[in-house]
Amino acid sequence: MAASFLFSQFMGGLTTAMFLFLIASGLSLVFGIMRVINFAHGSFYMLGAYLAWQGVQWFHPTGAGFWAAALLAAAGVGILGAVVERLFFRSLYGREELYQLLFTYALVLILGDAAKYLWGTDQLSVSTPPVLAGSVVIFGSTQPIYNLFMMTIGPVIAVVGWLVLNRSGVGRMVRAAQMDREMLGALGANVGRIYTGMFVVSSCLAGLSGALVTPIQGIVPGMDVLIIVQAFIVVVIGGMGSIWGTFWGSVIYGEVLSFGILIFPGFSLFSVFALMAVILIVRPWGLFGRPL
Amino acid sequence: MTSESTTTTSAAAVPAGRVIGSGSSVISRIPWTLIVFLLACSVPWIGGRYNTFLAEQIAIDALFAVSLNLLLGTTGLVSFGHVAYFGVGAYVCGILMKTYELPFAIAFPAAGLGAGLFALVSGYFCVRLIKLYFAMLTLAFSQIIWAIAYKWNDVTGGDQGLPEIPFPSFDWMNHIPWLGDLKTSDQFYLLTVFLIAVSLAIIHRIVRSPFGRVLTTIRDNPERAAFIGVNVRMYQLAAFVVAGTFAGFAGALYGIFSRGVFADYVFWSKSAEVMIMAILGGMDYFWGPPIGAFALVWLNQEITDYTQYWPFFLGTILLVLLFGFPGGILGGIDTLWQRLRRTRRA
Repeated sequence: MAASFLFSQFMGGLTTAMFLFLIASGLSLVFGIMRVINFAHGSFYMLGAYLAWQGVQWFHPTGAGFWAAALLAAAGVGILGAVVERLFFRSLYGREELYQLLFTYALVLILGDAAKYLWGTDQLSVSTPPVLAGSVVIFGSTQPIYNLFMMTIGPVIAVVGWLVLNRSGVGRMVRAAQMDREMLGALGANVGRIYTGMFVVSSCLAGLSGALVTPIQGIVPGMDVLIIVQAFIVVVIGGMGSIWGTFWGSVIYGEVLSFGILIFPGFSLFSVFALMAVILIVRPWGLFGRPL
Repeated sequence: MTSESTTTTSAAAVPAGRVIGSGSSVISRIPWTLIVFLLACSVPWIGGRYNTFLAEQIAIDALFAVSLNLLLGTTGLVSFGHVAYFGVGAYVCGILMKTYELPFAIAFPAAGLGAGLFALVSGYFCVRLIKLYFAMLTLAFSQIIWAIAYKWNDVTGGDQGLPEIPFPSFDWMNHIPWLGDLKTSDQFYLLTVFLIAVSLAIIHRIVRSPFGRVLTTIRDNPERAAFIGVNVRMYQLAAFVVAGTFAGFAGALYGIFSRGVFADYVFWSKSAEVMIMAILGGMDYFWGPPIGAFALVWLNQEITDYTQYWPFFLGTILLVLLFGFPGGILGGIDTLWQRLRRTRRA
């Protein structure tokens, strides 16, 4: 009985972790390349959720409609990311980080109200796609199939991301841009395009994670500023710009939160923030990152 | 005073606390601060209840923004968690006055002390980090305060907050003609204006002191400051503690003014709001943040009159500022002034 309880607690933590990993991976990617904390990443995630809801209404409430809606969300937010990067962000790269931070905060304000204007303030929800509905019993604890699906998506994205970054030509360029932007430009690479590309990939990930969260959580205004703080903690724990760091950061976050509730109820929130502060103090570049 | 044309090579070379139009003898001789102070004091008599409410909000925000600007504009530290010290001040004062029924004369200094102590502890770690990591750690500390405020039901009231914080006792004021007839909220307004004027005067003195000059040197070039023998971290920490203390005072006043302290006050987005005030007014100027506070509170009131989409407008204002007027309102006026004078002289 106790073992199955601990197991289900562990699985709960893992589900949280994999959701957060999807969101945080994009945040970490942009930070790794551009050295910018993108507060608007949470807004992109929220827009992904709303777009997915909209897609489900348009296509088909059940069945394949969900997957089409998720693609729509990823693509829509990706396009938005491209526009934001090309029109605004580009001219801020040389400026102080204060201006970059505040620019992304301006986006948070504007996109948050835009979503309220378009979709209202009522909670919206999307039903689980039938393929993944239902649940299975593992070690005496009931696990929704959708959660298990999320737990496989997370590692898959981590592996694919790692392969692309470390074993492909594009990834080599990205890593070079990370190390020395000017030198890469001097060697003839189109650095601007790499930046735009990375920002778009990061936005797509945010949109996709927003879409995938809809069967589990209601879509409400304010989900943007709540999620960004959590994603931010994950990225700080794991190490900004490191994909495996973000992966393990989210696992640590999910499990600390999940078991923290058992040890000090009410203070699990405190424990993750405290963990973040301790890591910033001891190893500002995170558990798996490298010093700047 | 004709050779005032300071040919600044970069924005970073602008000394904080510059006076606009300092070359013009007429404008600079008018005691602006005294006029503003007297105007602020007269609001309960000439402005009515609603304007007093707005003026009090502006005054408190002004102190909060000036305390942040001591870090942002003067020392060059981008703190993204300044609301933590505001919140500590508000909770310390609120808890002492409501739960322990202590008088304001004890609770108010205690709020500054509590915020200052927390700034000392958190700042000790923050100033060890550079730039972006500094911003992140300040954000982390402010979220720790938020988590405590949100979850520690027994002390902070949790998500219900601490409603109905009492006003200080104004028995002493009732014996003074003019003041005795006022409503309690107006009496508190006058006390707030007085305390904020004193606080601003102290911060102004600090910015203009040799200590403040060293802070500006650190902002412009920390390496050179260290090279000439300045203990950079020590000075940054001192600025952090002073800024935190005054943010705590602002928070204490705000808790009483809004008749309650709630966890929402400490959420990270509030730090961004006060930062917008400082930048909107102009963070290179001492009076920039108060002007930013005035502009934002006034705009907020005008815009929320006919639309609920205030954040959208705030975001748009911020975009215009970042891309069009990085110097803020005072920076814009200053540039205009310089240009006018140049054409007049030519």
